[in-house]
Amino acid sequence: MNLHEYQAKEILRAHGVNIPPGRVATTPAEAEAIAQEYGVPVMVKAQVHAGGRGKAGGVKFCKTPAEAKEKATAILGMKIKELTVERVLVTVAADIGSEAYVGIIVDRATKKPVFMVSAAGGIDIEEVAASTPEKILYVPVDPRYGLPTYDAMRMGFFLYADVKLARGAAKIMQQLYAAFMASGCSLAEINPLVVTPAGELVAVDGKMVIDDNELDRRPEIAALRDERSEEPSEVDARNANLTFIKLDGNVGCVVNGAGLAMATMDLVKYYGGEPANFLDIGGSSNPEKVVNALRIITADPNVKAILFNIFGGITRTDDVANGIVTATKANPLKVPIVIRLTGTNEEIAMQILKDNGFSASSDMDTAVQQAVALAKGGK
Amino acid sequence: MSVFIDKHTKLVIQGITGRDGSFHAKQMMEYGTQVVAGVTPGKGGQLFEGTVPIFNTVADAVQATGANTSVIYVPPPFAADAIMEAAAAGVSLVVCITEGVPVLDMTKVYPFVKERGVRLIGPNCPGLITPGESKVGIIPGRICTPGPVGVVSRSGTLTYEVVYQLTRAGIGQTTCVGIGGDPINGTNFIDCLAAFEKDPATKAIAMMGEIGGTDEQEAAEFIRTQMKKPVVGFIAGQTAPPGRRMGHAGAIISGSSGTAQEKLEAFAAAGMGIAKRPIDFVELIKARL
Repeated sequence: MNLHEYQAKEILRAHGVNIPPGRVATTPAEAEAIAQEYGVPVMVKAQVHAGGRGKAGGVKFCKTPAEAKEKATAILGMKIKELTVERVLVTVAADIGSEAYVGIIVDRATKKPVFMVSAAGGIDIEEVAASTPEKILYVPVDPRYGLPTYDAMRMGFFLYADVKLARGAAKIMQQLYAAFMASGCSLAEINPLVVTPAGELVAVDGKMVIDDNELDRRPEIAALRDERSEEPSEVDARNANLTFIKLDGNVGCVVNGAGLAMATMDLVKYYGGEPANFLDIGGSSNPEKVVNALRIITADPNVKAILFNIFGGITRTDDVANGIVTATKANPLKVPIVIRLTGTNEEIAMQILKDNGFSASSDMDTAVQQAVALAKGGK
Repeated sequence: MSVFIDKHTKLVIQGITGRDGSFHAKQMMEYGTQVVAGVTPGKGGQLFEGTVPIFNTVADAVQATGANTSVIYVPPPFAADAIMEAAAAGVSLVVCITEGVPVLDMTKVYPFVKERGVRLIGPNCPGLITPGESKVGIIPGRICTPGPVGVVSRSGTLTYEVVYQLTRAGIGQTTCVGIGGDPINGTNFIDCLAAFEKDPATKAIAMMGEIGGTDEQEAAEFIRTQMKKPVVGFIAGQTAPPGRRMGHAGAIISGSSGTAQEKLEAFAAAGMGIAKRPIDFVELIKARL
């Protein structure tokens, strides 16, 4: 789950990081009032889950409260990468001397949280990694001991020759690390970390991505989710405990397991069709999940055929069969359905489907070809 | 022969009385796995299905029964602790089926397990099976048959798909291992490939990867430089939209993006057979046996 900049900054501020004062506004008048309260110049920044906000015109420098109101009027309601801006962060503009990048991610290779720091801040770190990898210092952290001061200082000196700045940066890294662990992050970054002409360290922008598996035990973080900034069908699916990604094709796919779901999409494409979605009903299934999956998929008017591809392991195929029967009794399908189902409790599942007038096969390639043909209007 | 488990494997099941744990405990017992103990705190002293003794702790179970392998079916908030409990109790193999374990928990569990010399498979995995001998996890036993092919995969159900296709074509397996799809898992492709390379019964290997990360590329390099046995590979997610499922962060640190294309190129460079569809494994493996 992505946090908005203003949410990430509030968490970082609570951990002691020096953040320019500011607040979020939903109306131009509010933006003006905030600029008045904290003093100008201010930055007015669109709060959406998209990169390239600046390039899209969603970040503006304002010299007066009236200008903040004017810029907020322009930014609120604008679209950045299909997302409507509903909130702006109004924050005191820092004088910028130099810009650095400080981030932590969970790294697959070392299986640890890893710091990435670079004096080339202010731009996308992926660009730095691609063009000048030597400008990034990577420091893995053993989470059992946390970030030791000597490692934080090593990164501080990598960024700044001045000991005072190095110490200040080291402290910010320990604060960032504490925020990362306390919030259940998979990524946290400050970009840019600014040194003002007066020699003060300020975190001008912040980003946090939360591991979805942490949300159950961190209700205060889960409450920060902004459902208005997401695809409605994906919100619906998540609330039903399904993993769903909407695509542009016409073959609606219901699959168990992410790997098989991706392989099914690939096979739909291989046989000349286009998948309408990625949908993983997950492991331990119950009929209710299947009912929800069918509801979400049939809500997409592009879907011309539905393909079930279920290979039962921990998922019991009889649960899936019962779900299909329940869902279609309540809401008869308007598009054809192709069911492929094999594995745990397969005999019971096949009987349930047969008793309710469905046919099902146990071969994946046959089922996919059939679904692709049906979506194209064939038989 | 086989890798990681065989007919001598003595299994303790953590979470044996839960919905999933009890269902799959019965399936493993029916398959012939030596299920020697179960663990559910507070139910110590009872019997599961009238035969398997239940203990309050893994340590008690290991002491009383000599269990050498543990399988975990506990809910995600308790999974990390369950893995550590098993590793501390002295089993040599821990298989964690649980899906949804927070990745920061795994950053602490992984070194704990490593330092004790314990092999962890998973989390978020289907476990493993040595056909005809032992099954630990949730891979349906009836789709497997003994034979010369080692199978390793990041996915659960995709593993079943490929194993099922192989079995239908009369090609059996030494051991099938699902290593799990989480960013941090206990056993990776290379661990399994190395084990299969050493196992005299394994003549060829089927490997199913997916988009994201660089495990497949590293495995391809291992195959190219360290292996004599033939390997056939598949990558799921060739049509997945960019930026949606891939670990953005993992891509930065490796300096690469983890696309299907990149992985398939690494496979080709390693001289591996490349399956475009799961069914393609059948002919590609046959040609290499």
